[in-house]
Amino acid sequence: MNKSFGKIRKDPRLLITASIITLLLILFILYPLYSAFKMSITGDGGISFSVYREVFTQKQNIRAISNSLVLATLTATFSTFIGFTFAYSIHRAIIPGQKYFRAMAILPLISPPFMFALSHILLFGRNGLITARLLGIDSLGIYGLNGLVVVQTMGMFPLSYLILSGIVRAVDPDLELSAMNLGARRLRVFRTITLPLTLPGLLASWLMVFMGSLTDFGNPIIIGGDFNVLSVQAYLEFTGMGNLPRGTALAILLLLPTLFIFTLQKQILKRRSYVSASGKSVRNSRGLGTPGISRALFIFCLMITVFILLIYITIIAGSFITLWGEDWSFTLKHLSYSYDVGFKTLINTLLLALISTPITAAMGILIAFLATNKDLPGRKILEFLSLLSYAIPGTVVGIGYVLAFNRSPFKLSGTAFILIAVYVFRNLPITVEGGIAALSQVSGEIEESAANLGGNSAYILRRVTLPMIRPAFFAGATYAFIRSMTAISAIIFLISARWNHMSVLILAQTEIMRLGVASVMSFVLIILISIIIFLGSQMTKLKGTGLPASLKQLKAY
Amino acid sequence: MMNYMTLANLTKKYSRGKGDEIHALDSFNLTVKKGEFVTILGPSGCGKTTALRIIAGFEEQTEGDVFLKGENINHVAPYKRFMPMVFQSYALFPHMNVYENIAYGLRALKKSRDIIRNDVAMACQVVNLVGLEKCYPGELSGGQQQRVALARTLVLKPEMILFDEPLSNLDVKLRIQTRTEIKRVHRMLGITVLYVTHDQSEALSMSDRIVIMNHGRTVQEGTPEEIYNNPINSFVADFIGNANFISAEVEEIEGKRVTIRLQNRIIVVKQENPELSFSEGEEVYLAIKPEATGISSDKADFTGIVDTRSFQGSHTEYKIEFEGSFINIHQSNMGKEIQTYQAGDIINLKFDKDLFHLYKK
Repeated sequence: MNKSFGKIRKDPRLLITASIITLLLILFILYPLYSAFKMSITGDGGISFSVYREVFTQKQNIRAISNSLVLATLTATFSTFIGFTFAYSIHRAIIPGQKYFRAMAILPLISPPFMFALSHILLFGRNGLITARLLGIDSLGIYGLNGLVVVQTMGMFPLSYLILSGIVRAVDPDLELSAMNLGARRLRVFRTITLPLTLPGLLASWLMVFMGSLTDFGNPIIIGGDFNVLSVQAYLEFTGMGNLPRGTALAILLLLPTLFIFTLQKQILKRRSYVSASGKSVRNSRGLGTPGISRALFIFCLMITVFILLIYITIIAGSFITLWGEDWSFTLKHLSYSYDVGFKTLINTLLLALISTPITAAMGILIAFLATNKDLPGRKILEFLSLLSYAIPGTVVGIGYVLAFNRSPFKLSGTAFILIAVYVFRNLPITVEGGIAALSQVSGEIEESAANLGGNSAYILRRVTLPMIRPAFFAGATYAFIRSMTAISAIIFLISARWNHMSVLILAQTEIMRLGVASVMSFVLIILISIIIFLGSQMTKLKGTGLPASLKQLKAY
Repeated sequence: MMNYMTLANLTKKYSRGKGDEIHALDSFNLTVKKGEFVTILGPSGCGKTTALRIIAGFEEQTEGDVFLKGENINHVAPYKRFMPMVFQSYALFPHMNVYENIAYGLRALKKSRDIIRNDVAMACQVVNLVGLEKCYPGELSGGQQQRVALARTLVLKPEMILFDEPLSNLDVKLRIQTRTEIKRVHRMLGITVLYVTHDQSEALSMSDRIVIMNHGRTVQEGTPEEIYNNPINSFVADFIGNANFISAEVEEIEGKRVTIRLQNRIIVVKQENPELSFSEGEEVYLAIKPEATGISSDKADFTGIVDTRSFQGSHTEYKIEFEGSFINIHQSNMGKEIQTYQAGDIINLKFDKDLFHLYKK
């Protein structure tokens, strides 16, 4: 580190900034958590765990817990399987259309949280296109576990893909070839080389999707039916029944596994790399694939892709069909109705997302600066606090905010500010991590060489450091924006008549089976998000993918 | 000696989209005899590694055949070919220790535990890895990794081993050491070797036969001495001998004697290359190796001007301005009182005229 730059870092103003940010993190991340925890253990005045005892003796709650675990296990397994197959097909096999498969594997990440559930109803529901029209049956029993697994898997396998594509690409293809060259058949190579080397990624993917499925709220509330899960149960108890302690306790039950998984998967990914000591072969090779295997992989990817496309086409079609399942004529009435009901909400949603996005990105970079400053005391605590909200389920955040900010001195409920706070502090981890990653590339020799060439500290900051972290800034901003536009599980506790959110509105329309209107609104959201992603990727100048790199770490809902 | 392996008209085309094709291999032919050490030598991108990977079965040729002991193996799976390969990256399995790496092939062949233990121990002895069996590849030096890669192939007692630029990740000293090591193993075990490299000194020092390759085709084939002494064209002369090329004009042709005029002097070159024929008045390249030119202060036929001088220990390299271009000359530093020259000095050049070669311009 050059001296002039070190001076900036030792500036006393830095300590003040760090203190303010730490206070903000405590207020908006720890305090709500504390409020929720307090609520769940202060039943009749004193401290008691009676609420938890109650939860664990009530049949419906026990079922909700076991349902959540079963659902998460199945979704995590299927997602990881599909994600791995996609990663392998796209980065290892030689099949046509890899670019398109890659785009399709990422597409679901930008969709509103329960769009898949909505589309699922249109396709397979009681009046579904495929069930009622083509097959002439009433329903495939989509409400419940089966439907949820399908819908969540479609929504979350992209996360598996992103985690695994990095891992699969990091495995030198020469290793597989070498194993085969030494006489091992394909299955043996896969078992002894490919699997062990990708195992950390498979585990990380499984855990992340497990966490995503466990904390998912949008899909279960729409097509869960009688299949109760924890997040929905907590919401119903808290908001529907008004049983605050019990609702909170259920949400806290969600928190325990996510905290555990959060730490576990960090450990796994830390140990993941088997760095090959020498150069890596970059040759395009067939790897393990025979023409037969390639064909099978291609067909598999094609089927998933067609299914995803079908989902999107269904949403678009649903936007313009008079009454799905009854009257297939073209109409614009959903559009005009949506405009009447939803335009104000759309503007508000957009407004709050646009306000919170730059704040999130700037704050993330700032925290990254502080966290990488070796002279700053307590920087590890700062980093930990800012990353913590990764591990807190949206339901817990929502409940925590309601409890923490409904009375003075922090009376915020019903305001726009509470929503902005939720967006900022929930989306902070990704911008912090992106910032730290970018800064660790900048520091050291690059700064030294800039100083060596005669740049003073301000000049270095302006011409070297900032340009180099610019991509991280815009990637973080894009990510924060998408998450704000598609939020649901936390904000459903926090919206008000004045400040509603599109996701909640779509949810309401779906619940009263106004599917056309829900389709229009989803469609509009997707278009808006796509535009922003396009702009974001222009800013980050990432060629090829068309998507900011930060999407890699996009957490499932 | 029988032909152990034959490549017949091997062609590999890669499409780069929009009808644009590159020929990595263009009707490439090669025969390797049993027990022979054959090196394919060529610049990067000449197709040598592609040929090797097709032989190993990693890639499929567009046209042509691969024969092993007279049998066509075009469609034989890689794991049935038993031609273990030492990769440029070594491709050691990072999650297995040295023992497991070496045992991998034997385990795939379902050998008994005792045989595996015995054979691995033997292989470790041959390549000097005893004591490192429990180490993981990440804990080994480059040279040790290289030896594991070699042991992993030797343990299978193959008839033939493929080498894909195995020394390019080693430093110079280790490279020369490993070179001798590989040669020793080849001689000791009588294994047939097909070796691919872009390093001419590797090829010259190890091979029984060298195949020079460029643009997917064979350019010249022969023993190291044949190729070094009689490069077939300017590409080989440049690639293998770092020859100096001097532009000149053909004055007269009399059978094999070609007369060239250079600096108003007459040079007669014996032209024995059957591939080439020249006509009078043609512009040609006169090639001469750096070590075949002498510098002296005595009066000589030709003069040049020293441009730069660089001391290399055993010899000194001079860059000389001669006839409007630059040529490199190596002057041996053996013996007493070697005279040195500085930039700008006008010096006299003595060419060993028997070592001149003529090439098409």
